[in-house]
Amino acid sequence: MVSTSLKPRLDAAAARQQTGLSWWLSDAWQMALRNLRHLTRSPELVMFSLVQPVMFILLFAYVFGGAINVEGGNYPQFLLPGILVQMVLFGSVAGTTIGISTDMDRGLMDRFRSMPMSRSAVLVGRTLSEILRNVVSMLVVVLMGLLIGFRFQGGVLSALGGLALLLLFGYALTWVGAMIGLSVPNPEAAQSAGLIWIFPFSLISSAFVPTESMPTWLRVYADASPMTATVNALRDLFNGNPPGLDVLLTVAWSVLLITIFAPLATRKYSLRSR
Amino acid sequence: MHGLLGPNGAGKTTTVRVLTTLLRPDEGKAEIFGFDVRRNALQVRSIIGLTGQYTTVDDMLTGRENLHMVGKLFRMSTPDIKVRATELLERFDLTEAAGRQAKTYSGGMRRRLDIAATLMSRPQLIFLDEPTAALDPRSRMDVWRIVNELVEEGTTVLLTTQYLEEADHLADSLSVIDSGKVIASGAPDELKAEVGQAWADVTLIDAAAVEKTTQILRERLGTEPVGDPEAMQVHAPLPEGMTLNELLNPLRDSGIAIADVAVRRPTLDDVFLALTGHTATARASEDVKSKKKGGKR
Repeated sequence: MVSTSLKPRLDAAAARQQTGLSWWLSDAWQMALRNLRHLTRSPELVMFSLVQPVMFILLFAYVFGGAINVEGGNYPQFLLPGILVQMVLFGSVAGTTIGISTDMDRGLMDRFRSMPMSRSAVLVGRTLSEILRNVVSMLVVVLMGLLIGFRFQGGVLSALGGLALLLLFGYALTWVGAMIGLSVPNPEAAQSAGLIWIFPFSLISSAFVPTESMPTWLRVYADASPMTATVNALRDLFNGNPPGLDVLLTVAWSVLLITIFAPLATRKYSLRSR
Repeated sequence: MHGLLGPNGAGKTTTVRVLTTLLRPDEGKAEIFGFDVRRNALQVRSIIGLTGQYTTVDDMLTGRENLHMVGKLFRMSTPDIKVRATELLERFDLTEAAGRQAKTYSGGMRRRLDIAATLMSRPQLIFLDEPTAALDPRSRMDVWRIVNELVEEGTTVLLTTQYLEEADHLADSLSVIDSGKVIASGAPDELKAEVGQAWADVTLIDAAAVEKTTQILRERLGTEPVGDPEAMQVHAPLPEGMTLNELLNPLRDSGIAIADVAVRRPTLDDVFLALTGHTATARASEDVKSKKKGGKR
């Protein structure tokens, strides 16, 4: 029985290898589908990723905002791009880091890795499904922003462009999260050591305060941070200013992060043993 | 059906991980049906199925969704996936639970779903890495029944286990491994002949009598008893058909005082004692890292 049925099965395996792209797309889609099911079945995951930005909006708009001087004096208008970028940072990095380290810990990845599926598709599916999570959070945060006085002042195209830029940056960050999730020994470590850096990373930027208010040494870093570039690009687009260097910088940062972390994470996934 | 028997840390899981392409061997060569696990990893993956030590089902998906996902990833056709999933759910008594998320399943159900997922693609060779670890006795029997059916259907199975009883029950041939090396192989009966069908643990009143008892039993039984002066015990493999009287009478005649006698089935420890002279548990506490040279099976 073994010898008769073996031959055609192996030919099929060879055929699979030849149809690379559709194979890869199908695997990535299955993985994305799986993660989307996770999101829809545990709305608390989405809710949780919303608690933080909503809390920050309220804290900064009503507690700290009065003490922060911004150009034009409209703090909600200044704040919202910062909140949005911090939200995709937290959502993408934390969601992907914890999701992947949990998968690795449970042995499910062993099954995937022992199957004839594309190894990068597992991670691509995961990162793509994070985009949807970001879209949902983004809509909620924008709605909150409108309530506290934020307005899109640059027209529909600029608004959509800004939101697309936000999602691109968020997607790049999920690859950073994937790499961290694959590097930490377990989900507990992912929660602590893997994520602690995102607080200073998000706060030392133009997200909540003008960088001019920082000491020079810190300001040099803050001005160079991809956080600042993305926040400033969003402010330009939402405030109706002509898109400038910051938009280009954001795209460049995103491409750079993907170019570095996607291959690194894929390689790590192939080599990682439980 | 081939069984890999060994204590924790002996290298069973390492062997399985090399053979299932999860781990690249540092040296040596391993082939599955003629495919090298290093160079032809994709072909190997398309003909094997793995049920790991840790259940590898997605908790958030339902039983049926888990099977469908695996089928899709093996690029089975949609009608085939539906038929196969229904058939496997039925077979493993999961039809009622098919629409529930796997996180609501009991340990035994999860393990059955896990094995069903492994079988979705009708693999030629199945790896079961300690499939009954952490299962209650009834679920363990279920798994045994499933495995026996697979073997009857002509699937080749490589099973790893720490339990001699399990290997005995399931495998046609066995390799006993320790510290990454095969220290004995053969049919379970051959190994058992070496180890003895049953063992007697004789507890003495006086530690000084351990040596003498060992000697008497060696002569009387024709096997190799092992004395343990600290526990004041002698462990002796019993030849088939031996009665307790035949065992105890010569001891009584020599004036040795006996506190207790227990007769039991041989354990992995006994196999190791018989084969290596040290116990499996003593070995397991050492951190054994060895490079496996996998065989073809």
